[in-house]
Amino acid sequence: MISVKNLCVQVGEFRLKDVSFEVPGGHYAVLMGKTGSGKTTILETICGLKKIQSGTVSLNGRPMTHASPAEREIGYVPQDGVLFHTMTVRDNLSFALELRKWNQREINSRVEELAELLGISALLNRTPFGLSGGETQRVSLGRALAAKPSILCLDEPLSALDEDTRGEMCALLEEVQRVTGVTTLHITHNASESERLGDIKLVIVEGAVHSLSGKSTEIPGVTPDDRQAAETKTDTSERMKAQ
Amino acid sequence: MIEPTVNEQKTGGFKPRSDLPFYTIFISISAIYVFLIVAMLSAETTYTTPDHIWNAFSKPEIRYAIWLSLVSCAITTVLSLWVSVPIGYLMSRHEFPGKTLIDAILDIPIVLPPLVIGLCLLILFQVEVPQIEWLNRMVAEKSGVEYVPATLVSQTQSVDDVIRKVTKVTFGKSIGVTYEIPSVILAQFMVACAFAVRTMRVTFDQIGPRYEQVALTLGCNRGQAFWRVVFPQAYRGLLAAGTLAWARSLGEFGPILVFSGATRMKTEVLPTTVFLELTVGNIEGAVAASLIMVVSALIVLVIARMFGLTRGAAI
Repeated sequence: MISVKNLCVQVGEFRLKDVSFEVPGGHYAVLMGKTGSGKTTILETICGLKKIQSGTVSLNGRPMTHASPAEREIGYVPQDGVLFHTMTVRDNLSFALELRKWNQREINSRVEELAELLGISALLNRTPFGLSGGETQRVSLGRALAAKPSILCLDEPLSALDEDTRGEMCALLEEVQRVTGVTTLHITHNASESERLGDIKLVIVEGAVHSLSGKSTEIPGVTPDDRQAAETKTDTSERMKAQ
Repeated sequence: MIEPTVNEQKTGGFKPRSDLPFYTIFISISAIYVFLIVAMLSAETTYTTPDHIWNAFSKPEIRYAIWLSLVSCAITTVLSLWVSVPIGYLMSRHEFPGKTLIDAILDIPIVLPPLVIGLCLLILFQVEVPQIEWLNRMVAEKSGVEYVPATLVSQTQSVDDVIRKVTKVTFGKSIGVTYEIPSVILAQFMVACAFAVRTMRVTFDQIGPRYEQVALTLGCNRGQAFWRVVFPQAYRGLLAAGTLAWARSLGEFGPILVFSGATRMKTEVLPTTVFLELTVGNIEGAVAASLIMVVSALIVLVIARMFGLTRGAAI
């Protein structure tokens, strides 16, 4: 379970005020918002990468407002994958397990299992250099899931992919959630991803997070034009802002 | 209403001017400079015969200078890397009060004339500090001399004296800094390290904080994230900083002349040799010593090019 209450975060000029929402355990939540609306900031705050000015974050019922990222046990998939390119794909996947001092046999079997689930068994001995966008995202997802976190945070995992790969990745994300039952928070500016994947749909408008019930496409305070614009815009400027 | 027609007439007869003058001027200016570099190097390499160079090598003074240069530059490079990695990382990743000031201070050795750095170091080690009674007593014990309170002679001593006494007590041998080998290394280090710091900072800036952030969420603490993820990615920057520091320290002359003196077989490095040989009119010797530095500089250049370092490095 992810529970965020009255969160205030300041990143440079950008400010998020009084954000509250909740994702019950085992659900797949999609958080939508325009470019520059602070989606990435919310995600990074939940992961413990941004300092909180006020408000609380609790994960699985435990208060984690000021916990270090390591203590939170969240699987984080950043935009563009951000694989460690001095290591092989196998080492990327086993990184979290080695930190947790698993023995080599357990690590190997966990890596094989993940590679099977994500369809990257053939890539294990390669370095990330030269992987396609879809492959990079799969490896990044595997690295995040390796230590069996109960929460998974995805930062626009599909935005850099072409249409076909995007469909495959959507299916994969559904499969991963079905198999692992991990509580997922997925942020995107793409309405079709939200429709397809989210059983909880959240939208951030002017710093406030609203919940959309069921299949409704009505977003309070957002005209269809706005959404269209948010979908088609590239996310570069948002990434820069969020950092 | 008349103006548009005038414009039309103009564009109708418009003929773009040739690019030739532009390229002629730019290429000639570039060619002159490149020619100067090649000409001066070839003039030097063809000035002497291999015999002369060989003779120069057989002189013990020059051999000593080569040895001291190589050893001191190696030590300086290692020291510079040790210092530049933490400074570069902190300056790249963290915001703190007074950062602008620290940033400016770190650039001082780069903008200050090298000779002035030497003078500053010389004065720093001559700063008068009070006599330390117990240290003097230990020195007397160590050297088996009867203890005479030094305060009777002088109330103060220089920093260099304190270092001599401390090394006497700890290593049994008094090692000073000023006009000794440590001063050579320190003089080289003060300048070379500033360049290494700049390079490492740019390196960490280019790597960006996202790799560490991912490592942190995977269970690393700051140290593990740095050593396991960031540091291995910084190897190009390390190589660049290392070669830069080495090349800088090999050519260092001004601060060494002031801070270490130019004593043969003691504080003589290759630039000092060139200077000393020139002052006594032995141009062949000077050329031979400088050729060694030319060759080393070329090797550094090749290494840097091989790793594609020169473009991004903040030289």
